[in-house]
Amino acid sequence: MNYQPVIGLEVHVQLNTQSKIFCGCSTRFGAEPNRNTCPVCLGLPGALPVLNRQVVESALMAGLATNCAIAHRSIFARKNYFYPDLPKGYQISQFEQPICEKGWLEIQVEGQPPKRIGITRIHMEEDAGKLVHGLGNGSGVDLNRAGTPLLEVVSEPDFRSADEAVAYLKQLHQIVTYLGICDGNMEEGSFRCDANVSVMPVGSATLGTRAEIKNVNSFKFVKAAIEYEISRQIDLLSDGGTVVQETRLFDPNTGTTRSMRGKEEAHDYRYFPDPDLVPLVISADWVERAEKELPELPTVKRQRFITQFGLPEYDAEVLTASRPLAEYFEETAAFAHNPKAAANWVMGEMTRTLNDSGRSIDDCPVPPRRLADLLHLIDKGAISNNIAKKVFELMWQSGKEPAAIVEEQGMAQVSDSGAIEAAIDQILAANQGQAEEYRSGKEKMFGFFVGQVMKAMKGKANPAMVNELLLTKLKG
Amino acid sequence: MELHTLTIHHLHQLLKNRQVTSREVTTAMLNRIEFSDPRINAFITVAADQALAAAAAADQRIASGDCQPLTGIPLALKDIFLTEGLRTTCASRMLADFIAPYDATAWARLKSQGAVLLGKLNQDEFAMGSSCENSAFGPTRNPWDIERTPGGSSGGSAAAIAAQQATATLGTDTGGSIRQPASHCGCVGLKPTYGRVSRYGVIAYASSLDQVGPVTRDVTDAALLLQVIAGHDPKDSTSVAMPVPDYVASLKNDVKGMKIGLPKEYFIAGLDPDVQRAMDDAIAHLKAQGAEFVEVSLPHTTYAVACYYLIATAEASSNLARYEGVRFGHRATGSQGLIEMMMQTRAEGFGAEVKRRIMLGTYALSSGYYDAYYLKAQKVRTLIQRDFTEAFKSVDILLTPVAPTPAFKIGEKAADPLQMYLSDIFTIPVNLAGICGISLPAQPSSNGLPIGLQLIGRPFGEETILRAAYSFEQTTDWHRTKAAL
Repeated sequence: MNYQPVIGLEVHVQLNTQSKIFCGCSTRFGAEPNRNTCPVCLGLPGALPVLNRQVVESALMAGLATNCAIAHRSIFARKNYFYPDLPKGYQISQFEQPICEKGWLEIQVEGQPPKRIGITRIHMEEDAGKLVHGLGNGSGVDLNRAGTPLLEVVSEPDFRSADEAVAYLKQLHQIVTYLGICDGNMEEGSFRCDANVSVMPVGSATLGTRAEIKNVNSFKFVKAAIEYEISRQIDLLSDGGTVVQETRLFDPNTGTTRSMRGKEEAHDYRYFPDPDLVPLVISADWVERAEKELPELPTVKRQRFITQFGLPEYDAEVLTASRPLAEYFEETAAFAHNPKAAANWVMGEMTRTLNDSGRSIDDCPVPPRRLADLLHLIDKGAISNNIAKKVFELMWQSGKEPAAIVEEQGMAQVSDSGAIEAAIDQILAANQGQAEEYRSGKEKMFGFFVGQVMKAMKGKANPAMVNELLLTKLKG
Repeated sequence: MELHTLTIHHLHQLLKNRQVTSREVTTAMLNRIEFSDPRINAFITVAADQALAAAAAADQRIASGDCQPLTGIPLALKDIFLTEGLRTTCASRMLADFIAPYDATAWARLKSQGAVLLGKLNQDEFAMGSSCENSAFGPTRNPWDIERTPGGSSGGSAAAIAAQQATATLGTDTGGSIRQPASHCGCVGLKPTYGRVSRYGVIAYASSLDQVGPVTRDVTDAALLLQVIAGHDPKDSTSVAMPVPDYVASLKNDVKGMKIGLPKEYFIAGLDPDVQRAMDDAIAHLKAQGAEFVEVSLPHTTYAVACYYLIATAEASSNLARYEGVRFGHRATGSQGLIEMMMQTRAEGFGAEVKRRIMLGTYALSSGYYDAYYLKAQKVRTLIQRDFTEAFKSVDILLTPVAPTPAFKIGEKAADPLQMYLSDIFTIPVNLAGICGISLPAQPSSNGLPIGLQLIGRPFGEETILRAAYSFEQTTDWHRTKAAL
């Protein structure tokens, strides 16, 4: 029998607000344990939550960017369970009436038509703290993270392959980082995902029993975890077994999933509206304002780069991968008046150097204006493309203007025909045998002479002039 | 002059005119506590040294010419209010040694005026009870008859007033916990509208019902205290950003033309004859002053107690989840592993009534029962709110008994939770509706026990019930009668 996988995703997006969702404590990562805490996030008796407006703004932006309907009135609920990292014995979340519902994203998997993926809901909630093990006689509780704001983005079970799931995750990741509401750091858990996976016979109308795979923290692992789980379930069913509803954990070392807890151990969370918080009312005005403040989203930007700058689709895709990169390119292109050259440089030399130095575009030592100046020098014929690469390297190291570097280092291109002719004559005289070979029809010797001339002129000769003059002399 | 018998407004005049010092008054109170509390057990913690230090500071403040209405006035708080540096137990073994790192907003406001804190008052554990018998620190006794309970849960707050151990106190009222003990102890107890006073720093029992209020010797003192504690608190999202009126100015002896409703569901056959007589007497007094009485109906009254015990316990089951021994409070020793430690901590730390309510509430919220219990109760709550909205279309306030009987004997209802729950039948609907109510002394019972009269107002209608209460008080002497100790 052939099986059809059905996958749904729940993504936790950690918001990068300055303070926590229900108190004024800092959300800064890496502080001493329990330093960023107060009576509210410690869950002390008598403490009460007060909603951080910035969290609502972030949720609004995420909802609008994913085509969701924004609820005029939404409510917070308590999700009750006991765990030492959960100070109040309940998590404040949203259950009935979340802030965003009924959205969608359109994904594109290579070789397949675009596909629309439904987003069931986006809701706001607080994160828990964490347990610190290995402290000798027992474990510690660090509540610095308790109360950090999260968005939970729940998709419809619309995916039919791991590739679709990954395409969706990448797009969602790109959106929340574009919006500037999440730092997108998957290793530190700022963007994490649970996958609900089931399989059913092709053509069946009834969904199979699903397993929930917890906390998979890279795109690669998501793909591996889903693919493993699909084949595990298909093997199980093919052997006459049944899939049990359970929570499974992905092990990146083995590439497999293993059971964490079964259905019988599933919690009854006893959700009910949190009486400490009043219903959140979002006016049409507020939504309108948020809509206006929404930055240009990656798909729109990509399209604009194609039409406005005449870039190929591939370039537009690469350059819009992140918002700072796109902004860097756009600024360079604006000064350089040569968008394609700007694109080539940003995608080529710039990206390579960034990777080599382990820096991000945000702290690139060459500002867009300088890169544009460099492109101007190439356009004017002041330096060759090859020399420009050396100039770029020096700009990176020294932070100086390209023109100053060219001047200091004497790297300006030589377009004086007399000087070039003199060099050619010298080379031809010293290599008469090779010249004969060329003349007798071995045309690839031409490259040898170009190389020799450029070498003699320390690479600074105008390449077009070298070609032209050399051809005349050799033929002559 | 017996300083321990005086009201806030009287003491304020004496302090302001430098006729007494706060230190003298505070000392008088501490002596009175020492004299009477071995019999009454109103206090869980007496903070004599801190109180005398605060009194000295208040005297300096007064000497510098700054005498606010509460400056130098010795108060005591139900042990549900967090007080920085002074233990807050909530009458539970769970918090027997808990010292809070911050002050409840209501207390912080009084403190900033220079009020003096005498100590923390007994109550039913986590405010769950109607008799003050559910305390890990032993029951409080009624100063009018020490064989009887003072009511609850703010039993200590009312008993301390009746025993003249504090000039005024604060309590909390979730289903009648200020008004019922005020009624049983012959004092004035005000439950403000939900949202009028901040709940920040008040240990939560049922968050959608809990409200802070004063217990005092007379109506003027209640208005004075409310004036200070009322108002929006940015730390409590459910506190309301409405301007605080001048409550003291609303205290006029004038009920002419005031329309007072008598809900027929509250005047049922079988009402204790003493209570009935006290109500008839009160109605006659107010009529004589020009108030008009009409019968009104609150048809869903009969469901109020059931509705309350679902909503309050559901919220409590969640509110009390934080007491598991991990971060503060009692922690069981000798348990193997985490889950056992939490379970053992809760088994040891909570009393029987608290456990009963946690179980009830957990059940009401459980998957498969939520709709039938919690959700249904919320719908009934809406109907009860509508009952009052309807009634207030034709009347200004309502007059009802506070409790079906005068104070009952210690142990009388302890074995029968249902009987105990029914003692709040006339006070619970006010909490469910989120409106305000005041209890004040009416004609005592034939054997001399206090009986309270309840006046119920519209949302944020505190001025109106205070005015009616003040007018009634002007024609009676019940509030001046003192328990013999």
